[in-house]
Amino acid sequence: MQIAVKLFATLRDGRFESAPIELPIGALVSDAIEAAGVPPKDAAVVFVNGRHAEPGRPLSPGDAVAIFPPVGGG
Amino acid sequence: MESIVGYLTAAAQAAGGFIPWSAELEAAGRYGLSHREIEAAALKAGLVPARYARNIGTIGLEGQRALHRARVLVAGCGGLGGNVIEGLARLGVGSVVAVDPDAFDESNMNRQLLCTVESLGRPKAEEAARRVAQVNPAAIVTAVRARLGPDNADELLAACDLAIDALDSVSARVCLSEAAARRGIPFIHAAVAGWYGQASVQAPGSALVAGLYAGAGADGADRGEETRLGNQSYGPAFAAALEVAAACAILCGQGSGLSGRLLTWDLKAGSSAGFDL
Repeated sequence: MQIAVKLFATLRDGRFESAPIELPIGALVSDAIEAAGVPPKDAAVVFVNGRHAEPGRPLSPGDAVAIFPPVGGG
Repeated sequence: MESIVGYLTAAAQAAGGFIPWSAELEAAGRYGLSHREIEAAALKAGLVPARYARNIGTIGLEGQRALHRARVLVAGCGGLGGNVIEGLARLGVGSVVAVDPDAFDESNMNRQLLCTVESLGRPKAEEAARRVAQVNPAAIVTAVRARLGPDNADELLAACDLAIDALDSVSARVCLSEAAARRGIPFIHAAVAGWYGQASVQAPGSALVAGLYAGAGADGADRGEETRLGNQSYGPAFAAALEVAAACAILCGQGSGLSGRLLTWDLKAGSSAGFDL
């Protein structure tokens, strides 16, 4: 199945801004993170179709996955 | 001697509608009242100090009264906190609890409003109180030179109507957000790193911020991309403006559209994106 992955902030450096990614049926959010080449510790916040999602959430064809790095400064 | 309200009413009429600062100063001497007490008497009588003249069109007299009555905890008095406290004081928030364990050093100079060559080496929380006394003498700042943590979060939040995140670590943020949830008050979150940032409002009782940072810290990291990118003048100022606007809307009873949502931005790209939490 194909999903759309969008990377934000520093995760774009050396990768991409948005790209279609091919994953097997039953793949999880964590699989999309790995397929995008993002180390799990750098994928601090993930949204699927605009809603906050955990790494263990299963994906469906056509899902839009947005991945953010950790931001904590004040 | 005429009543304080009579005096302020006459002063406002003579000045074209709003109470001028000169009349507040005169009233303080004549009646032996603090500026906070004078402001309380004025707003109760439907009179507005001239410093709030440009507030009323957006928040109204009732909003100004609500701000005057409010007590807000600002955790952190650095990049976010300095701008947040300045904004709250100018709005007319009556009472601010300013918490920070640190003193200013030169690396703060590029972005922290309260850091000046004069304030280098001085405690940040106390500088916040000094600044507010210059900007709005009717606002009271309780300066607390302490690190916010599980041992003091509940105590610091006592009597507060709202908590604002101006912290720089994940653990302190989550700790304060959970204390705010226990107290049943809203918690306004923001965090910045270089061009990037995020802001959100946690509704009373919600575990929004703990959930947002559930994926962070798994590797023991208590900070984010800011350790590499640093922060510059624009990031904290932008995020602080969002936090102050949300605080104003919430305290005035208008509600914030950031509640239950995360707004993220990239100030170099000039782009933003919003998500449901």
